[in-house]
Amino acid sequence: MGDALVHAVDDVTVAIRPKEFVALLGSSGSGKSTLLNLMAGLDRPTSGAIFAQGRNLAEMSSEDLAQHRNHTIGMVFQAFNLLPRMTLEENVELPLRLAEVDRDERPSRVREAVERVRLSARLTHRPSELSGGEQQRAALARALVNRPTILLADEPTGNLDSATGEAILHLLQEINESLGMTIVMVTHDRDRAARYAHRIVTMGDGKLLSDGNKI
Amino acid sequence: MKTRDLTELAARNLREALLRNSLTTLGIAVGVASLVAMLSLGVGLQELANKKLSKSGLFDAVFVSSRANQRGFGRPAQSETATREAAKILDDEARQKIAALPNVVEVYPEIRFPTEIQFEGKPYSTTVAGIPPSAKTEGAFDGMKGNFFSSPDAGEAILQIEFAKDLSNQPDSLIGKNLVLRYAERQALPAEPSPKKSDAGKPPANPTDEVTGQSPGFSIVPREKTFHIIGIVETEPATSVGSFGRGRLLIPMQVAEILRVAQANDLRGLLRRSSSKQTYDSLTVRVKSPSQVKSVEDAIQRMGYGTFSLLDATKSLRLVFAVFDLFLGIFGSLALAVASLGIVNTLVMAILERRREIGILKALGAADRDIRRLFFAEAGVMGLLGGIFGVTLGWLIGTALTFGTNVYLHKRDLPPIDLSSVPWWMVASAIAFSIVVSLAAGIYPASRAAKLNPVEALRYE
Repeated sequence: MGDALVHAVDDVTVAIRPKEFVALLGSSGSGKSTLLNLMAGLDRPTSGAIFAQGRNLAEMSSEDLAQHRNHTIGMVFQAFNLLPRMTLEENVELPLRLAEVDRDERPSRVREAVERVRLSARLTHRPSELSGGEQQRAALARALVNRPTILLADEPTGNLDSATGEAILHLLQEINESLGMTIVMVTHDRDRAARYAHRIVTMGDGKLLSDGNKI
Repeated sequence: MKTRDLTELAARNLREALLRNSLTTLGIAVGVASLVAMLSLGVGLQELANKKLSKSGLFDAVFVSSRANQRGFGRPAQSETATREAAKILDDEARQKIAALPNVVEVYPEIRFPTEIQFEGKPYSTTVAGIPPSAKTEGAFDGMKGNFFSSPDAGEAILQIEFAKDLSNQPDSLIGKNLVLRYAERQALPAEPSPKKSDAGKPPANPTDEVTGQSPGFSIVPREKTFHIIGIVETEPATSVGSFGRGRLLIPMQVAEILRVAQANDLRGLLRRSSSKQTYDSLTVRVKSPSQVKSVEDAIQRMGYGTFSLLDATKSLRLVFAVFDLFLGIFGSLALAVASLGIVNTLVMAILERRREIGILKALGAADRDIRRLFFAEAGVMGLLGGIFGVTLGWLIGTALTFGTNVYLHKRDLPPIDLSSVPWWMVASAIAFSIVVSLAAGIYPASRAAKLNPVEALRYE
């Protein structure tokens, strides 16, 4: 994995190194989610460049961006974004379907991801039958199943009570350490960011306010 | 995404909005059903007409006449001199030549004469007609009582029902009884010795030529022959174009020929021809199928004889049915077009409803192409199911119409018919058409879904 260097529209230049756990801090509308979406390849910049593993996302075709989202990026959201009519197992399998992974290989990959988030007992449950923390863990398993190199988390604890949120952050930390996965987490909780992330990038009004400052 | 995964996801999505998708599919099914019902009626009626017409024995026949006797039949009259030059006499030699043409089943003259019969001691006058063996398959003999002639030279007779009623109050009881036919046999006058004996090889069954030789005349001798009644027929078969059902007592053609009954045109023939060899005023040529009529007709014309067939009539009939089918198809397609609007509506609604889901799929790595194919697959599955269901429904409608018609016909003592026909090509093309129409209806919704901005779609609640 090469260096992940990010330019954003508002004159933002951020370089994120492999295996780093970066917290992207800022108030609502500061542009932190937009920056995350640009890194994910969900959005395109009007000018500038975003390099991930040596390739400029701004110049990729939409087909290549889809590949980037599927193989390089794993994403978790504040609203979990699980498909409500699918079971946990089916939700986690979805990225494997999109990646055209062999059918024979899928069950073990799903099991591995679900075990990592300690949700094996809930495989056949639908999202509505899971608690908020379980749903976010399921979303995390789905983000991990394709073994991406970068995990992007958009306010992953925003919809959870503090204890559950803490558990999710623990899990992220564990994934970062044991799998060596690069993590960029958007949050507005400076205290938690300070406790879990290696580095804090602060944004305000679309500008970079500070970088690397752990308070 | 692989096709199997795509299909699974599409099927899942279809199941999730079961009611709406079922109603849409039902709409397609009704469209396909109306198309199939209309076309099956068109095809069924066409098959029915073809069957009845080919059974009438008129559409697989060519009527041959010596050009000297040609009576026109609405054809442009040939110039008198040309006709005289080309005029060839229809004799046995010509008959055998025509019979040897490819695809010709049978060649026979028209034999019909008024005469008298004796039945249970009483005389009755009637008209006798010779019936060729090929007439057995004609529709006229379909519902007959008793049997058709056991062999082409059997001394058997079939009665037309009206004549049978004349003979007895219980026409059915006539079968198995005998009647005596009295007729005038044409006997040649003693011949002047013929210098050439080229006719010696002729079959003895027809010794006329040998006997008459160059003799210019004949005498008439009264004769009698006993016939065994074996059947009664309702309608009168058409033996030739000019003789729609004018025989009331039907005997095998070969027997009728051997009788050598004097016929009305013998006198004219005698006056006109120098030779008194057996000649025919006209011959009927039965062809294997109506499609071969044209080639046989051409071949006979090249031999120098006048021909007439009802081929032109079938041609215009086919045209009528083609136009008929076209219009039925257009009306059926209208229903399908309305149904395809239902697909567009359902899928556009599904995009609104599934905005978030599309956003999630894109975030997980689905390409625009995957989303487009997913919506296409959903439209295609609705088209396939609608097509299958619609063909079944259309077939049921056709069958119900046939059933109803047959109940109606039965009440009127008419034979049942197959009103609608759903051949395999129609099943296959109706389903294929349904899928194509559904996919076409899916183009707009699918590309709209594919172009959805994932960031906006994810923000959508």
